[in-house]
Amino acid sequence: MSDTDHEEHADHPDSSQYIVIGIILAVFTAIEVAISFASVPSGIAIPALIILTVLKFILVVLWFMHLRFDSGWFRRLFMFGLIGALLLYAAVISLMLYASGNQQV
Amino acid sequence: MAEASVTTAGASEESHATSLGLSNEKLGMWTLLGSECLFFGALISAYLIYYGRYNGQPEISPALYDIPFTSVSTFVLLMSSLGMVLALAAIQRSDDRGFRIWILSTALMGSVFLAGQIYEFTWFVEEGMTLSTSPFTSAFYVLTSFHGIHVTVGVLMLVTLWARSMTGRLTSEHADVVENIGLYWHFVDIVWIVIFTAIYLIPYEQVTG
Repeated sequence: MSDTDHEEHADHPDSSQYIVIGIILAVFTAIEVAISFASVPSGIAIPALIILTVLKFILVVLWFMHLRFDSGWFRRLFMFGLIGALLLYAAVISLMLYASGNQQV
Repeated sequence: MAEASVTTAGASEESHATSLGLSNEKLGMWTLLGSECLFFGALISAYLIYYGRYNGQPEISPALYDIPFTSVSTFVLLMSSLGMVLALAAIQRSDDRGFRIWILSTALMGSVFLAGQIYEFTWFVEEGMTLSTSPFTSAFYVLTSFHGIHVTVGVLMLVTLWARSMTGRLTSEHADVVENIGLYWHFVDIVWIVIFTAIYLIPYEQVTG
């Protein structure tokens, strides 16, 4: 194993840390739902919802899936698929915004 | 003789590890999860494309979505991920009883999520939003159903782990098996984190006008 790769199972969090992460995830979800019900302008609501979703995603992947502590190879494999999915998602969002711009014209 | 047994043990270990020194099973699971990112990315993108074309037909309006109900389902699935890591932590410290409690709790929370999804689908169909109503509804059902199928497979694997533990065939020596199934379960959770925001929470009607 190379120096850049962390040893498997090294320094996994203990149960209390997992519970703290679980509470943070629950709070983030509550904030997301509150934003969707409050009369927040979409210019603020949408970036806020995306940021909270990304934070929840990162918390689960790094701590619950132990990617923070595991081999870099696992990170690379996952990132390969994730970046592909994000590129696809970004392309679709761009198309949606472009199409809605044309409709308004 | 001793040398022969050492060689055998070494060969056995090598059969479970790649030349990188990583577990074959774990590497396989991460490869699967990486490809699943693309799979769900394509399904979410398809949903967004057809969302822009549903043209506000009332029988397929996203206003049918019951956000408080889905929020509870989302919370349950998030907490099931917590149950999964606590189950893994329990088996790693040879706490079989703790493992069985947490793994069964996780499977139960997954089942509650599935029951909620079935209830939601039933309600949508009663309101006239069926699989064949429009490409938009097809995209919605295909995306959420594929996720539901993944949750179902996950619940079956969790129940299998519990049953094996109850019969003494799963101990702390098999913690790597629990970890790999846990990876799958957490992936199902993070996919729902994205689906919940992308489908239920983001107010696209304000964006698209």
